[in-house]
Amino acid sequence: MSAPRKLRVATVSLAGCFGCHMSLLDIDEHVFALLDKVELDRSPLTDLKTCGPCDIGLVEGGVCNSENVHVLREFRAQCKTLVAMGACAINGGLPAQRNHLDVGQCLSAVFQSRPGMDTAEVPDDPELPLPLDKVHPIHEVVRVDYFLPGCPPSGEAIWQFISDLLAGRTPRVSYPLLHFD
Amino acid sequence: MSQPTFLLDGQSVPFDDGQMILEAARAAGRYIPHLCWHPDFPPHGSCKLCVVKVAGRHVSACATPARAGAEVESDTPEINTERRTLLQMLFVEGNHFCPACEKSGDCQLQAMAYDLEMTTPRFRHFFPDRPVDASHPEVLLDFNRCIYCELCVRASREQDGKAVFALTGRGINKKLAVNAESGRLADTDFSADDKAAHICPVGVILKKRVGFAVPIGERTYDRAPLHEVALPKSEDSA
Repeated sequence: MSAPRKLRVATVSLAGCFGCHMSLLDIDEHVFALLDKVELDRSPLTDLKTCGPCDIGLVEGGVCNSENVHVLREFRAQCKTLVAMGACAINGGLPAQRNHLDVGQCLSAVFQSRPGMDTAEVPDDPELPLPLDKVHPIHEVVRVDYFLPGCPPSGEAIWQFISDLLAGRTPRVSYPLLHFD
Repeated sequence: MSQPTFLLDGQSVPFDDGQMILEAARAAGRYIPHLCWHPDFPPHGSCKLCVVKVAGRHVSACATPARAGAEVESDTPEINTERRTLLQMLFVEGNHFCPACEKSGDCQLQAMAYDLEMTTPRFRHFFPDRPVDASHPEVLLDFNRCIYCELCVRASREQDGKAVFALTGRGINKKLAVNAESGRLADTDFSADDKAAHICPVGVILKKRVGFAVPIGERTYDRAPLHEVALPKSEDSA
């Protein structure tokens, strides 16, 4: 009998700090068990730039600019199961702390009125994605199947969650692995 | 005559005449979730986390007298789903950014979300603009996390005899206000020794310079879940 088909998994960090990805690597030797069962599609680990049809998509980070919206929609279109991983994907997290400020004033404060900035103007290269006026949790932009809280979720929590998903169970991160901080 | 009892999730709970459902359950070592209720104060009935179903009707367990023979549903999927929805509304209404909060791990709102396995805020976030008040030398006020339980208002008025806090506005415009001409805590007679300084279930009223004396990971609800911590100590050892 042939081995069961490996599940395709894509991961991405939108408006995040890659901390959740670091935590994913914190599953240590479970990485071997994981790679027996999955193959990676688009991910910072493969450096692929587009996402093909996948079984599971893990999204770190909220939505802070136009590129985030594009990538998130691509993930939703390609992934059968989409997971919001970490505080920023779930509630906007740290980047969303700018939400009560005006984005124009934020940009000018950083690029125009900060001592030592020699350009003195807000970068407008067409390759730079436009910031949104507010940072949004990903469930405000696409439908999300599961949520894995934590800043970041611990390696143990991620492993429990992914193990459930791979085994076909409804993933459940319960006390004491469930953390918002 | 033996003590009257009611049924809480099918189990018998004794009560004294006039005792509320939540109090009687608590005395019997049974936890019903609550945020605005506190043993030192009369029931407030505003957070609605203590909602239970009695004879098909939803009532606040903190403010509904126990009745002999009543069948009370509390820890059921239906009621817990409603509680989770209430929590989600509380979370999106304020700015509850746990990773940056000194109260994380000691916060009842967060601990209840863990208890009820709330993994998503589900609704659209309001991201309200609520500036902090750091004017007082000993205490910081971070209004972003206020859930309007009025415990500080009640503690200051009824136990400290000061009336430092008040809720103003109604509905979505409701906010916690400081009772001073300037609106600043420094211009009141508030003290870090007040009852009101220690009663906030979330991270609004914070003593300065001790925020991380106990590290994250070793705090109240890191050690035990809310439904154990919230019960009276004598019941724990019984």
